[in-house]
Amino acid sequence: MSVTRERSGALDVARIRADFPVLERTVGDKPLVYLDSAATSQKPRQVIEAEADFYAHHNANAHRGIYLLAEEATAMYEEARAKLARFIGAPDPACVVFTRGTTESVNLVAYAWARRELREGDEILLTEMEHHSNIVPWQLAARDTGAILRYIPLTDDGLLDLSDLGSLLTERTKLLAVTGMSNSLGTLPPIRELTRAAHAVGALVLVDGAQLVPHVPVDVTELDCDFLTISGHKMLGPTASGGLYAKRELLERMDAFLGGGHMIDEVFHDHATWNVVPYKFEAGTMNIAQEVALGAAIDYLEALGMDNVRAHEIELTGYALERLREVGARIFGPLDPGIRGGAISFWYKDVHPHDLATILNEEGIAIRAGHHCTQLVMRRYGVPATARASFYVYNTVEEVDALVEALAKAEAVFGV
Amino acid sequence: MALDDIYKEVILDHYKNPRNKREMPEATLRCSRNNPLCGDEITVFVLTEGEKVQEVAFLGQGCSISQSSASMMTEAVSGRPLEEVHRLIREFRGMMAGDVDPSEEELGDLVALRGVVKYPIRIKCAVLAWDVLQEALEGGTGEATGARPH
Ligand SMILES: Cc1ncc(COP(=O)(O)O)c(C=O)c1O
Repeated sequence: MSVTRERSGALDVARIRADFPVLERTVGDKPLVYLDSAATSQKPRQVIEAEADFYAHHNANAHRGIYLLAEEATAMYEEARAKLARFIGAPDPACVVFTRGTTESVNLVAYAWARRELREGDEILLTEMEHHSNIVPWQLAARDTGAILRYIPLTDDGLLDLSDLGSLLTERTKLLAVTGMSNSLGTLPPIRELTRAAHAVGALVLVDGAQLVPHVPVDVTELDCDFLTISGHKMLGPTASGGLYAKRELLERMDAFLGGGHMIDEVFHDHATWNVVPYKFEAGTMNIAQEVALGAAIDYLEALGMDNVRAHEIELTGYALERLREVGARIFGPLDPGIRGGAISFWYKDVHPHDLATILNEEGIAIRAGHHCTQLVMRRYGVPATARASFYVYNTVEEVDALVEALAKAEAVFGV
Repeated sequence: MALDDIYKEVILDHYKNPRNKREMPEATLRCSRNNPLCGDEITVFVLTEGEKVQEVAFLGQGCSISQSSASMMTEAVSGRPLEEVHRLIREFRGMMAGDVDPSEEELGDLVALRGVVKYPIRIKCAVLAWDVLQEALEGGTGEATGARPH
């Protein structure tokens, strides 16, 4: 195996690791091997300090006060919005609404767009690899509007089966909601092609960017999607940071979402008028410190370079897939690291994923076991759960080796 | 923590060679449930006669803890008066909550599951079959927790 140790081709991983305080800790007497970044990423010192710095030196409500602190807080909050907009290639910061992440962003679109626009018999096209947060809000919207849900099925090797797309995506389709990267299979669906096909029949496209944005360079102008959701906590940012990108004219046309302070222009006894976008969608006091710290996470990722982040993950994922297959693990999802991300679902022999996770935990290795909020995927492949290892900028080939070696322990315990 | 605290011989034996794992058509009570967090599934069949639990069987799939607990449970409760079965359920729950020192006499092999208490996330695996048994004895079928239309 000719894999460079420590310093992968693209990233100086040893140096990156020094920025993540949690990676210094141990689990029992073993160093922590964190392989669950698809659930949430770890945070570098720079992000933790940015959040602390906001509270220590600039804390005030944004867009409220006339005093210096309030001006600073507002400027920092808006600077974070500008960074996030630039990071995803949005033409204008006003196209980015801050939210608590993908779940809130999908719900925002399901309320403020879908409930206003959809009529009985209209169709929403989803895929069988969606996370529950890109299914359930549409089920609720369909229940309220009489719209119908359809699903793009999956192939045996974990890709979208597009062979029948023509009959699924029709002039009845008003929205295609698709993940940019599957959190359980790792698959990267062909978003650009899907967007083109959807627009050709007049449907809008929502991309669930929870996994895509942290791991792959994204340019919404080039993807031409109408909505993109962002989960800050999966891209080195704080929990409950994130946002929704939408084309400006859509945001203008959409209904309000949560009602309350700051989202209004004027309030009368019986009605109110809305603030301009994006503020129309930001009711009440927002996660100001968290979005500011998300700005620091974006600075960190940009300094690494998203092309390098992606290259590092292709290398690690390729190595992990190879090693896991060598020892007889069954992989769910594509085997070519060029068309997938670094979330790898697998079964090792007949060891139930829960038992595997408990055994790996004894070795200090954190993986996820379960259905990963993708029950349609589990049902499609006939398993109740999978074990999932997932990587990010701080993971090393040595950690992949530790994972594979620990599998032998499971084998010893279960005698499989 | 050591792995042999949780993966004791007897647990692995019940996992690999589950006892009373079969459909029981003559069952008077039957209840199914899954653990939505992890996808483990258990169906418990109970044959009652008056105030006695004649026989208990189960079907299911899941991790070694949930399946071995179900297997051991069927052995522990079969042939006992209802009142004793309820006491066993209480005793087992108490052991898994960490506040009852289990008596080997009462629980038999089941005391092997005591080690799971150190792994809080796995406690629900151990208790799943017992939840289903209790629901069955209370006349539940488990359907209410399944695909409930909203
Ligand atoms: C693909 C995908 N979509 C949606 C979500 C939900 O994101 P969040 O928890 O940030 O709302 C996740 C993560 O859990 C995910 O991986």
